[in-house]
Amino acid sequence: MTDTTTASTPVPSSRPGSPSAPASAPTSFLGALELDVRFLGMIGALAVIWVVFDFLADGTFLTPRNLWNLSVQSSSIAVMSTGMVLVIVMRHIDLSVGSILGVTGMIMAVFQVNYLMPTFGFNNPAVMIGTLAAGIALGAAIGALHGFVIAYLGVPAFIVTLGGLLVWRGAAWAAAQGKTIPLVDDNFKLLGGGADGSIGAEWSWIVAAIACLFIAAAAVQARRQRQRFHFPLKPVWAELVIVAAGCLAVIAATLVVNAYTLPPALARRYAEAAGITVPPEGISISFGYAVPVLVALAVGIVMTFVATRTRFGRYVFAIGGNPEAAELAGINTKRVTLMVFALMGMLAAIGAAISTARLNSATNAQGTLDELYVIAAAVIGGTSLSGGSGTIAGAMLGALVMQSLQSGMVLMRVDTPYQNIVVGIVLVLAVWIDTVYRKRFK
Amino acid sequence: MTDTITATSLPPGASQIAGAPLVEMRDICIAFGGIHAVDHVSIDLMPGEVVALLGHNGAGKSTLIKILAGAYKADIGEIRINGEAVSIANPRDAKRYGIETIYQTLALADNVDAAANLFLGREIMTPWGTLDDVAMEAATREVMGRLNPNFRKFKEPVRGLSGGQRQSVAIARAIHFNAKILIMDEPTAALGPQETAQVAELIKQLKAEGIGIFLISHDIHDVFDLADRVSVMKNGKLVGTARTSDVTQDEVLGMIILGKVPPGAMPGPGASH
Repeated sequence: MTDTTTASTPVPSSRPGSPSAPASAPTSFLGALELDVRFLGMIGALAVIWVVFDFLADGTFLTPRNLWNLSVQSSSIAVMSTGMVLVIVMRHIDLSVGSILGVTGMIMAVFQVNYLMPTFGFNNPAVMIGTLAAGIALGAAIGALHGFVIAYLGVPAFIVTLGGLLVWRGAAWAAAQGKTIPLVDDNFKLLGGGADGSIGAEWSWIVAAIACLFIAAAAVQARRQRQRFHFPLKPVWAELVIVAAGCLAVIAATLVVNAYTLPPALARRYAEAAGITVPPEGISISFGYAVPVLVALAVGIVMTFVATRTRFGRYVFAIGGNPEAAELAGINTKRVTLMVFALMGMLAAIGAAISTARLNSATNAQGTLDELYVIAAAVIGGTSLSGGSGTIAGAMLGALVMQSLQSGMVLMRVDTPYQNIVVGIVLVLAVWIDTVYRKRFK
Repeated sequence: MTDTITATSLPPGASQIAGAPLVEMRDICIAFGGIHAVDHVSIDLMPGEVVALLGHNGAGKSTLIKILAGAYKADIGEIRINGEAVSIANPRDAKRYGIETIYQTLALADNVDAAANLFLGREIMTPWGTLDDVAMEAATREVMGRLNPNFRKFKEPVRGLSGGQRQSVAIARAIHFNAKILIMDEPTAALGPQETAQVAELIKQLKAEGIGIFLISHDIHDVFDLADRVSVMKNGKLVGTARTSDVTQDEVLGMIILGKVPPGAMPGPGASH
């Protein structure tokens, strides 16, 4: 820790044995933080959207209730967008995710109702685990099939997944002859959120504390790693600013979800059911983080890890940057392609679990047009359609932007056709701004 | 013409270095849709030797060398490494035999940094099975420090590097993994005079370490002084092979342009009559 503590002092050059001297110290405040400018820009854009909607919708947008709902509504698309990033980074596209969501949701419901429930009994934990495992395995198999046809048979991804869009939507219908299948397992329904599918104030604070520790530990670990080889380090104040900003964001989010409480009547009933004595002035019971939101965040963390810390992720990006070079470097590009589509299928199945649980049933039309929202989320989140660049966090933020637009317009009582017009225009606008940014600053 | 160094009974075109050849490519053929890109070509390479593979654009040099590198699979023909017949089905196989290639296109993934490119396909992993980026960056700093001491852009995608810097990343990748056989396809095409001289220096150094080098070029002036022997290709066929001590640059130029084989060279199937 003998290194610089202020930005003005140059970073001391490496020890004598080191082959090359490190670059000079960053000069600007933002430069020292080494932040992703594009990501900051997206957060700024999201903040603008929220404030404008709050103004236009007479203060109904920036309420704990609406923000909580927004988080739940975004989770399914956010989960799938993390996989779409990798697909698009590899210069492919997946038009079938909405239909995969439909068929896996339907099969999960049918499997749960017809087989798992009769076998294990009502609300046995095995029912939920079995349902999820079956859905994810099916999603992976469907994705792997697409990936196989794309990589090994050489059919373009656009066509394969366009076919998949039709095939799996049809299969979803065939699985139950178009009937709506109500879910029976209460544990599984927790995945959909709602009052039961939220973890409450106390657990939300525990999650927040763990998240803050995680952020701090990650910063320390990264710094240690760089010290190991005497690389130039970020100034300590910059590290502290970033950790503090991360923790503040976590705490703010926790305050918001905890500020959303059950309506008084429901709260009283809930308290009585749980055996809590209700004081005369009434009781306030917080929702806290919704389970689907936690699932989406967990998926985001795992996928970020996969994309940046594993060999598989490195290969996905290298193939996206230069497929021929990746092949010449000895990478089995076909296998990686197959795996990316299988992963996309698994994520669509997780999305299916969240959205069926949220509706308490599987319907034939579930996930219709989701592929477009997922692709839009990834692209708004900075994933380049020409391949090679994109981030998981950006795509999840993109999903939140899309959902914010829709939710805001609902609050403003804009009719659905006009909502679509706005969303379509915003998508094109966002990509145009991104294109300009890339030309100017890259 | 053969009154040079102790060329007692050495046939024309044979290497002056005695012993088993490091690489032998025998009777290699490959066709793409009826076009014979490489047509019954045989070449060889000794340890510590530089063989220049010359010919016009489209003569089949790069294709031949891509067969050795594992990028293409020959239709017919045999590859021997240290006298043993080997099967090279993909670039991974080639690397296992110590064959490293610097491609004309450099074959870099533009969107990732120098370290990621250097270790592409051979990443250093932590004990937990994750990428050890810091260790890879350290190794990259070391090898780049030898090749291009002014190089600083370790964190930047290689897209942002100059032509010479990109070239040095590609060279670093080839020499970092203890290559025994080095293939350099137009290694100086993107370089200025100073950097070209640097590459020439590097080739001499690697040669002294006993590494065999195939040097591919369409420009004879780049390689004549560096090479021990030249093999010339024309329209997919081998025109001939000669020791650079036995022929003049003009004679080699005649081989490249006209397919005319001088007395000091061993004619191949592509020689004009």
